[in-house]
Amino acid sequence: MEKFTSHTGIGVPLKRSNVDTDQIIPAVYLKRVTRTGFEDGLFAAWRNDPDFVLNNETYAAGSVLVAGPDFGTGSSREHAVWALQNYGFKVVLSARFADIFRGNSGKAGLVAAQVDEKVIQRLWDYLDDNPGAEITVDLESKTVTTPGGEVEDSFDIDDYTRWRLLNGLDDIGITLGNKDDIAAYEAGRPAWKPVTQRV
Amino acid sequence: MAKTLSEKVWDEHVVRSTAGEPDLLYIDLHLIHEVTSPQAFDGLRLAGRPVRRPDLTLATEDHNVPTLDWDKPIADPVSKTQVDTLRKNAAEFGVRLHPLGDIEQGIVHVVGPQLGLTQPGMTIVCGDSHTSTHGAFGAIAFGIGTSEVEHVLATQTLMQAKPKTMAVTINGSLPEGVTAKDMVLTLITHTGTGGGQGYIVEYRGQAIEELSMEGRMTVCNMSIEWGAKAGLIAPDQTTFDYIEGKPEAPKGADWDAAVAHWKTLVTDEDAVFDAEIVLDASTMTPFVTWGTNPGQGVPLGGVVPTPSDFEDEQDRVAAENALTYMGLVAGTPMREVKVDTVFVGSCTNGRIEDLRLAADILKGHKVDPNTRLLVVPGSVRVRMQAEAEGLHEIFIAAGAEWRGAGCSMCLGMNPDQLTPGERSASTSNRNFEGRQGKGGRTHLVSIPVAAATAVRGTLSSPADLVSVEV
Repeated sequence: MEKFTSHTGIGVPLKRSNVDTDQIIPAVYLKRVTRTGFEDGLFAAWRNDPDFVLNNETYAAGSVLVAGPDFGTGSSREHAVWALQNYGFKVVLSARFADIFRGNSGKAGLVAAQVDEKVIQRLWDYLDDNPGAEITVDLESKTVTTPGGEVEDSFDIDDYTRWRLLNGLDDIGITLGNKDDIAAYEAGRPAWKPVTQRV
Repeated sequence: MAKTLSEKVWDEHVVRSTAGEPDLLYIDLHLIHEVTSPQAFDGLRLAGRPVRRPDLTLATEDHNVPTLDWDKPIADPVSKTQVDTLRKNAAEFGVRLHPLGDIEQGIVHVVGPQLGLTQPGMTIVCGDSHTSTHGAFGAIAFGIGTSEVEHVLATQTLMQAKPKTMAVTINGSLPEGVTAKDMVLTLITHTGTGGGQGYIVEYRGQAIEELSMEGRMTVCNMSIEWGAKAGLIAPDQTTFDYIEGKPEAPKGADWDAAVAHWKTLVTDEDAVFDAEIVLDASTMTPFVTWGTNPGQGVPLGGVVPTPSDFEDEQDRVAAENALTYMGLVAGTPMREVKVDTVFVGSCTNGRIEDLRLAADILKGHKVDPNTRLLVVPGSVRVRMQAEAEGLHEIFIAAGAEWRGAGCSMCLGMNPDQLTPGERSASTSNRNFEGRQGKGGRTHLVSIPVAAATAVRGTLSSPADLVSVEV
């Protein structure tokens, strides 16, 4: 995974709450067996609407999504994270993320930065006044800032995920470093626990 | 120290706990399906890693599979590739697979419990958010993304920060004709879709204890719809009776040892939850959704709400968008909403008890000529059981379509989809925009409401049906 320290990119206001993963990418787009190419399904239904924010040239190259609360609810599909990344998003800002979406983001390298609802509103207001403006998200200092300092606030992300993203570390590699602990745990599991097959 | 049920199960599975890091949690059972696993197996191949515990892993095909012509090759080439990829991966990595056509094939959350693989006190994960279903047995069960699927395949563990605990206490008894589905829809409208975020929830109280295992699975299934990490119910005699004799249930002395342990899996009397919600089941009524998330619901006897009545700005905007999408007018009685398609099935309501209840209501009635009714059993076993009991004859006589097992119209990955503007009453779990097909409009309902709606063609309860001699 690539290291993430700081990112500056065009902010995209997505003025909706409860953006569920079926909106981020509908199920019919989940049939690929790769991790790439999902950008065609990103917000597929909404992109038919000429007024949808990503259909506005000013925002088409956006990489920092500024979304309403309860972003990423619903299905566990990591394809939602991949679709955002494949399109070019590096960061999603929201007042609340669904747990699975937040977890998937951390694993795949998309920064899910939680900010106060008031900060989202201020960023939306700022982007209304300055369409196409860039927003800087700094993972080291956990801050989100606009170029003129109109909005400057901190965001929340759990310390472990932050550390892993800053260092670009692979979770599985870290866990396999504790192989002995896993083997010791397995030795103590009760014999009556079910198995799917005898191997 | 006094512990809650979920803390007991969690603590029993901690492989490694270090300050400042998530716990490393052992996973007892990893369920797999075709949609969220291909990239995980690819990751293993790239890194040259094996599946650590194929004996704790089970795969089936459910999301993508057709419910018609399931004995023929899958017509959609992209779906076929995904299913073929699962078969190839299962063979290569030694994973037990129940493919389309197999007697144990079905929705992964129906298959686990019916095989007896889902047991109290376990940790169960699957690349599917409705894994919370298995919490009905007193297991910690939750959905994971594909990176985590790969992590579990490689290590049989997951890194997880310990969630907070919440009790949802539902006192009293459900009135006649009101089901577990109405209970959980009522709860979600009460909490909103984010109310459970960060919590493992324990459902308890008289109304929960009185539910069958099927009903408990319906409640736990929808934990994710109000954002909970997982939802579980303390195992009791109802649980043990359900598991005993299932193919993979413990036998003989193992059974006794298992039950002795399972009986310890209750929240200690002086344990403290981080949060609690209390509801009264005796006041609940048939409940349906009007909007585009599961938290936008009203009693069936109610009306489509007026957006300006919502105090919260976001809720008001969400309601306006939802009414536009759903093609509904504020103030319309829910019972006047005309429905084109009724879907009975899914991991929420696709088990044998659900089909029995639907058949019981449909017996002697005909589906409204302008409405179609799809009945999709949750698994091949459920389908066979229903046929052994003659339920399929009741469905067919009523004019319903009797289908093969799978996720079907719950998420519209297979051909079972709504067309733009088509309105459905669905026993599934999500009414998100377009989930059941682009432009499709879905009302979440219970089994009795689904069956009565199919007969009348408008949202209805069995009480609205003219009784027939049968």
